[in-house]
Amino acid sequence: MKLKWNKILILAGLVILVALATAAAVTPAFKNIPYLGKYLPLIKDVTLGLDLQGGVHVVLEAKDTPEAKVTQESMQQLMAVIQRRVDQFGVAEPVIQQQGRNRLIVEIAGRIDPEEAVRNLVKTAYLEFKTMDGKTVVTGADLKDAVESKDPTSGQVKVDLTFNAAGAKKFADATAANVGKPIAIILDGKVLQSPVVKEPIPNGKAQITGYESLEEAHNIAVLLRSGALPVKVEVVEKRAVGPALGADSLQKSKHAGLVGVLAILIFMIMYYRVPGLVADFALLIYALIVLAIYVGMNVTMTLPGIAAFLLSLGIAVDANVIIFERLKEELRAGKSLRSAIDAGFKRAFTAIFDANATTLIAAVVLYFFGMGSVRGFAITLGIGIVASMFTAITVTRWLLHLLAGSGLVRNVRAYGA
Amino acid sequence: MHFIRLRKIWYIISLLVIIPGLISLMVQGLNLGIEFTGGNLLEVRFENPVPVEKVRQVVSAQGLEFSRGIQKSGTSDYLIRTRHLTQEEQDKLMAALNSLGKYTVLRNESIGPTIGRELTTKALLALLVASVLMIIYISIRFEFKQGIAAVIALIHDTLVVTGVFSLFQIEVDGAFVAALLTIIGYSINDTIVIFDRVRENMLHRKKGESLEDIVNASLWQTLTRSINTVLTVVFVLVALYFLGGSTIRNFILALLIGVVSGAYSSICNAGPLWVDFKLMEKRAKVKEARA
Repeated sequence: MKLKWNKILILAGLVILVALATAAAVTPAFKNIPYLGKYLPLIKDVTLGLDLQGGVHVVLEAKDTPEAKVTQESMQQLMAVIQRRVDQFGVAEPVIQQQGRNRLIVEIAGRIDPEEAVRNLVKTAYLEFKTMDGKTVVTGADLKDAVESKDPTSGQVKVDLTFNAAGAKKFADATAANVGKPIAIILDGKVLQSPVVKEPIPNGKAQITGYESLEEAHNIAVLLRSGALPVKVEVVEKRAVGPALGADSLQKSKHAGLVGVLAILIFMIMYYRVPGLVADFALLIYALIVLAIYVGMNVTMTLPGIAAFLLSLGIAVDANVIIFERLKEELRAGKSLRSAIDAGFKRAFTAIFDANATTLIAAVVLYFFGMGSVRGFAITLGIGIVASMFTAITVTRWLLHLLAGSGLVRNVRAYGA
Repeated sequence: MHFIRLRKIWYIISLLVIIPGLISLMVQGLNLGIEFTGGNLLEVRFENPVPVEKVRQVVSAQGLEFSRGIQKSGTSDYLIRTRHLTQEEQDKLMAALNSLGKYTVLRNESIGPTIGRELTTKALLALLVASVLMIIYISIRFEFKQGIAAVIALIHDTLVVTGVFSLFQIEVDGAFVAALLTIIGYSINDTIVIFDRVRENMLHRKKGESLEDIVNASLWQTLTRSINTVLTVVFVLVALYFLGGSTIRNFILALLIGVVSGAYSSICNAGPLWVDFKLMEKRAKVKEARA
């Protein structure tokens, strides 16, 4: 058999193409090119989980109290309030979702102080203005706005409150009726101040003073703007990961992953020779496909997720191993290279299919019963299983045929026979 | 070597590994992490190294029972495990630690007791559902008896891993459940590849060829694949274990033990067990015929 140059060209083109795609996916060299830079490199666009970039995962549970029962409506209100509070942290893509009847999951990633964030999330922030005889004049629900400020000359820090139309009317009536008497400003049952009304206030404006720093005033203003929590809330689960640990984990698992993958690649070439090289190449294509799926489906990459990705490389290799072992047998049985490749794939298929199907069952069960990072693990594992089956059955087969047909490597011993 | 004729030896080896683990499970149970029991875990990194006694002093001065202990997790990193703390208690503890020098919080996890109970139920349910689904799948694609043999091999792997974790009192957390399910996935994978070969060889069964010989031949034909696959996975896992950082080390360890056990049980338990089931069926039929 002579060398078939058209097949060699396709093969060479393919190698160059995959090499380029790999480079584009992982190197930041293309970052500054307009248009292209937006889509390349892929690896930059993989969303990192809390455990890899730092952040906090909180599960809030709403509790029934005599004053406020937990209903679907109050959960909706609670979610809206929490949403407004989280928005104030100014972080990208926070997650807020209801779980079950009475729980909210909140995930905030990025460089925030997680303890402070959680404290501010669960503050009730129920504001009341009360007269001396205990009558409630206005509440936080009547607020239109709350803004903190610092007087440049006196240095006094205050929060300016603006009531909405109805609130302003109530406030005007109450101040008119209570001239010379104090009105208490109460936040979460704690009296902040009890200023004496000097004259009726018709414009619906009031202020709270006595803060030590602008930051403290800012936190209060945020809470007041976002509104009071409609129900009692408890933190039942909190996982805060500092950015230092996140960066550390990412760095370490990348390193470990690289070593593990290199070991696989070398092993495959040493043991399976030419098919091993083909498998390694297919593995590269597999990794690119999976990476693209992660970005396309916006999969959040967590620490267990990285482990799952690396494990799925094992599954991808396994499919190739099954095929190559079959190929060897067929060659030893005296078949020609091309028919041995076809027969090898045909007979390996049921094994690969059934084996992957059962592993997929485990991944799906894991997804439905798992929470948080375990779910991320299940998704990455699932994607890995499906993609590995695809590459093993299509890409490896095509590559082997190309190689065999090209006449580059004709000695059947190179294929393991 | 005839795998099937030696099957009693394989069963004994399995039992020798599993029984100590089972006894340990009954006597001392598992070292359950805060995800199961509820509690607090605070990991801090001091800028300057601080002796462990100092950390212990500060924590106990807060009146916290630290039965779960304080553990050094890096050159100047400490893991402090306590009962479930309220936010105020956590704040107080973190403020008190300031007296030992500047530090950063690496992680702070606080899990309420209800979450832990839910996790346990869900974990057991997940294992059960996965097993049942797999038996159903194998019964459809292969046969019911092979499904049972495969699931016994899975239970074997689950017991080996939980047994080892109990024996050495290695902490078990939520990720452990994920590890168990992954192990199950891998082990069944191995078993299926072997049964697939058995299925094929049964079709071309020669006259007078015994069941034992067919299964033995199938095991040998798939042996290189079984070993190579485990090897590649072990490469990755060993790299992750030593280089991947402390947060996932226990998770990786569980996978490592499980994957090796999975390969063993697929070769030495699943196939031979199926032969035993088949032989039992045959004997029962013979008896019936006689009666």
